Amino acid sequence: MNPGKILLVEDNPDDVALTMRALKSHNITNDVVVAQDGVQAIEYLFGTTGRPAPTDLPAVVLLDLKLPKINGMEVLQRIRSEQRTKFLPVVILTSSDEERDVIDGYKLGANSYVRKPVDFVEFTKAAQQLGLYWLLMNRAAPPPRGL
Amino acid sequence: MSIRDWPIKRKLTAILLLISGLVLSLTSAAFVTYEVVTLRRTIQDHLATRSRILAANSTAALAFANEADATELLAALKYDPHMVAAALYDQNGRVLATFPAAAPADLVPAAPEPDGSRFEGGRLVAFTPVAQGENQRLGTLYIASDTKAVSDALRLSGIIAVIVLAIAMLAAYALAAGLQGRISEPILALANTATAVATRQDYFARAPKFGEDELGQLADAFNQMLGRLEEQRKELQQQAKILEQRVAERTQELEHRNEALRRNAAELLAANTELDAFAYSVSHDLRAPLRSIDGFSQVVLEDYAGQLGDAGQDALRRVRAASQKMATLIDDLLKLARVTRAEMRTERVDLSGIAQEIVLDIQRATPERAVEFAITPGLEAQGDARLLRVVLDNLLRNGWKYTGKQPQPRVEFTAKDDNGDRVFVIKDNGAGFDMRYADKLFGVFQRLHSAAEFEGTGVGLATVRRIINRHGGRIWAEGAVDQGAAFYFTL
Repeated sequence: MNPGKILLVEDNPDDVALTMRALKSHNITNDVVVAQDGVQAIEYLFGTTGRPAPTDLPAVVLLDLKLPKINGMEVLQRIRSEQRTKFLPVVILTSSDEERDVIDGYKLGANSYVRKPVDFVEFTKAAQQLGLYWLLMNRAAPPPRGL
Repeated sequence: MSIRDWPIKRKLTAILLLISGLVLSLTSAAFVTYEVVTLRRTIQDHLATRSRILAANSTAALAFANEADATELLAALKYDPHMVAAALYDQNGRVLATFPAAAPADLVPAAPEPDGSRFEGGRLVAFTPVAQGENQRLGTLYIASDTKAVSDALRLSGIIAVIVLAIAMLAAYALAAGLQGRISEPILALANTATAVATRQDYFARAPKFGEDELGQLADAFNQMLGRLEEQRKELQQQAKILEQRVAERTQELEHRNEALRRNAAELLAANTELDAFAYSVSHDLRAPLRSIDGFSQVVLEDYAGQLGDAGQDALRRVRAASQKMATLIDDLLKLARVTRAEMRTERVDLSGIAQEIVLDIQRATPERAVEFAITPGLEAQGDARLLRVVLDNLLRNGWKYTGKQPQPRVEFTAKDDNGDRVFVIKDNGAGFDMRYADKLFGVFQRLHSAAEFEGTGVGLATVRRIINRHGGRIWAEGAVDQGAAFYFTL
């Protein structure tokens, strides 16, 4: 199994717990790093402390949109504007499917947009498929050189 | 300047002068003619008398053919300066004597001419018989006199006529100049008044009246007219003032209304923005707890099924069903809100095409149900394609849903013309509804069937009506229990 990490940007602890359970129930045992708001996510990716090496970037970012302090769209914008995270796979995983959120998300370069189903069975299926796809099937861009 | 453009004064004077000149000329001509005719007759009589006297005196000389006597007799004529020539002819027409003696041949005719007197080449000539007794003719006397007396008289009377004419014309001119004022002055005064009214809008000006004649009446009529004009002008002014006031009032009223409208628009905009923010927040925040409820219920069901027992599991399943139902409700409500907020993009919409796509969707999702869909091809309307798709989706799915207990389910989409309005119809042969509740169909959360009979949130038809309303159309329904339902709408 791919040792890639998952960066889960999610402020709701229930959602964190349910997501973790869904992933685990399908034997996706990859490390899940949780950022509880946009600031933490940016700090994790670009911060001076605990900053991951270019080779240690997460395999996928599961990004909620409504976040305290810095929202998901801003995080996405930041990810896309930095050379080292430009091609980082970002899946927007959020409650709403408001059209403008979908459009804005794709405009800013999201790789996928998934609405969290209320039905937990459906939710589990979605998490499993996301994990399988992004962790196993997807071929990530090579890390940028000279960094 | 043509005569037409002459001032009235000059015209009047000219007319007076023309008439008096004509009259005087005719009178003078008659006078002169009469004078001349009378004078000619007088000198003719005079010459005839003298001729007869001379003829009587000549009988002896002729009877004896005494030339000397005859010549002497004729010589007496020299005392009349008008006498030009004379001659005595004997019985045979030979000249016996002439005056003046030895007159040239052109002065005296060679032979006597018929008796009588006549004017001939500026002369008056007379041939008079010389007879002894009654019947014995001895010869003829010829006398010619000039007509200087006539021409003198003619010249004199001509001069008199001209002088009279000149004096009369002068007098006529003086009189005309004085008298024409009687006629022209009132007219000029009237004209001046009219000019004053026309140029200065001075409706208080009045034409002076000079008498009770037609001009006086004209002035009266004119003044009366001015009075009416002034009255009407005042009335008009008053009306204008009232109108202005009304316009001002209306303008103010309109401004107030505009202000109110602006305020309303601003309030609406604020409300819309608020609604937008609300809906956005709802779509994000209201679903999250539901997910937790559903998710953790499922966790409990999975991990502690044994401890729960059947009743506990059933309860948790109901919790999950409820939370999922609520999620659907929230989604439907959000759709309704979106329909209200969405910007309208009007275009030609192929309703039949959209209906076909929806039917395909339904048939793919539920192949186990064989519902007959009859879509009239070529139905089109002017509207927002996305919103109209929501309308058709709701109505067709309703038809599909409520024919669920019908052995031969059928849903049709047609259109008809009703008083020039295009009315679209979606009709099914399903469960129908009681017409008593027809007005409740389109209310939010209003349902005429229980969830156990037919699933639903009661938001769909409310959404449909809102879309139809936004298109400026109407929607209504007809139906009977177990007889199917028909939805009619215009756009």
